[in-house]
Amino acid sequence: MPTNTIDGHTFAVNDEGFFTNREEWSEDLAVILADLVGIEQMTEAHWAPLRFMREDSAKTGVTPTLRRMQAVGGFDVKDLFALYPGKPAKKMAYLAGLPKPVGCV
Amino acid sequence: MSTVVILGAGTVGTMLANKLRKALPHDWSITVVDKDDEHHYQPGYLFVPFGTYTPERVVRSRKAQLDRGVDFVIDAVAHVDPVHQQVRLASGRQLSYQWLIIASGTVPRADQTPGLLDERVWRTSAFDFYTLDGAAALQDALESFEGGRLLVHITEMPIKCPVAPLEFAFLADDYFRKRRMRHKVDITYVTPLDGAFTKPVASAALGDLLEDKSIRVAPDFAISHVDPEKQAIVGYDGRELPFDLLVTVPLNMGQQFIIDSGLGDDLGFVPVDKHTLRSQISDRIFAIGDATNVPTSKAGAVAHFEVEHLVKNLEAAIAGEPLPSKFDGHANCFVESGHGKALLLDFNYDTEPLRGTFPASKVGPMKLLGESRLNHIGKLAFEKIYWNMLLPGKPLPVPTEMSMAGKIPAGHRS
Repeated sequence: MPTNTIDGHTFAVNDEGFFTNREEWSEDLAVILADLVGIEQMTEAHWAPLRFMREDSAKTGVTPTLRRMQAVGGFDVKDLFALYPGKPAKKMAYLAGLPKPVGCV
Repeated sequence: MSTVVILGAGTVGTMLANKLRKALPHDWSITVVDKDDEHHYQPGYLFVPFGTYTPERVVRSRKAQLDRGVDFVIDAVAHVDPVHQQVRLASGRQLSYQWLIIASGTVPRADQTPGLLDERVWRTSAFDFYTLDGAAALQDALESFEGGRLLVHITEMPIKCPVAPLEFAFLADDYFRKRRMRHKVDITYVTPLDGAFTKPVASAALGDLLEDKSIRVAPDFAISHVDPEKQAIVGYDGRELPFDLLVTVPLNMGQQFIIDSGLGDDLGFVPVDKHTLRSQISDRIFAIGDATNVPTSKAGAVAHFEVEHLVKNLEAAIAGEPLPSKFDGHANCFVESGHGKALLLDFNYDTEPLRGTFPASKVGPMKLLGESRLNHIGKLAFEKIYWNMLLPGKPLPVPTEMSMAGKIPAGHRS
């Protein structure tokens, strides 16, 4: 299993760079990773969905879908696309230290 | 008298009722409830639009698939009261239970996408194949299709039989080639995920398939609505994808009575312990098959693997003992890839789809994560296995727990 090291913190990742152990995640690391996916400034609006995703997935065992972010988390999907352009589901999962949403293949 | 009530006489409700009838004492009554007496062979839906199967071929009596010692009630479920252990049916009839098993599957909800049910679109230029009448209507639409933009679209995960839309795209490619009009059809696979293949091992092994078949992919598409005027699906990011024919998999939800009874999550799936399948709301309720929220595929194979575990766990629960059996998320499926070939996938909660062969004895070896003619024949042969072995609860030559025999771990190059 590959690892990534940032600022002296080493954490396990999969082939696509996603955290494989959610406990190794921290907000400090998320700020650095955000820069890699084109988010220059993590504002409160950026953090709110990530916090919801971590709390929700701790209960359900899976990364919430965009629909669930809207239905349960109260976030507007349009806003999420504005905050995390192009691939919000994937980018937010990456920054929240969670697996990206997947199908069975 | 003690009573087990099973809500749903589909694939898993039927298998479970038949297994439980053998496992439980004779003085226990087992009652299965469903809204009608039509059991559909759902894997057959995929073949109806292409005229390979007739709609009649996939329907048989539900009652005829159930052990004679099982009571079958035809009625819709209105409400479950977990405190008083009662089920209220649409007719007003009440059923009391000692143990309740929810096996009521998923419902495709076209109404959840604004604009989709508009008469200028629905069953005119937009179709689903997750219902039998949808699949039959789509057959007519494909037959009269003269070419243009075909979108094969998934609304949101999770969906039942998650590879079916991909198979549909492969079979559509094949279908139009045979009709010598493939050059007139532009096929795009539209997914809310980041690609058609989301797992690295699958995309490495299968990534070329779409390119080989000239099927485009529109990834990360979160549908906002259908625009009937423009005949286009519109994404939250403003992307508009026009279509001449839209084949969509609507949002899959659990049954409305689950939501109304407070037993479901936001999509109406029953939150259960993912290993024991016991409801998180009531110790007297279990759920199985597509109706649960377990993080594995919603598919008949998964449901089949779950049945063995649930029978053991229910027996233990009745005896007041800790639940012994732990489901591992085991799933496998054949994936039709067109041209008379199919792929075979095998995975669980913790393991990615693997390459290699499956299983080593009796029915094999079939090639995992690779196209072969034998896999296609395996898929077609499954229809007989389904009616004659799977539903009656006869042993299948497939292990319930995932085995690594004959498989090549992910990342290993062969």
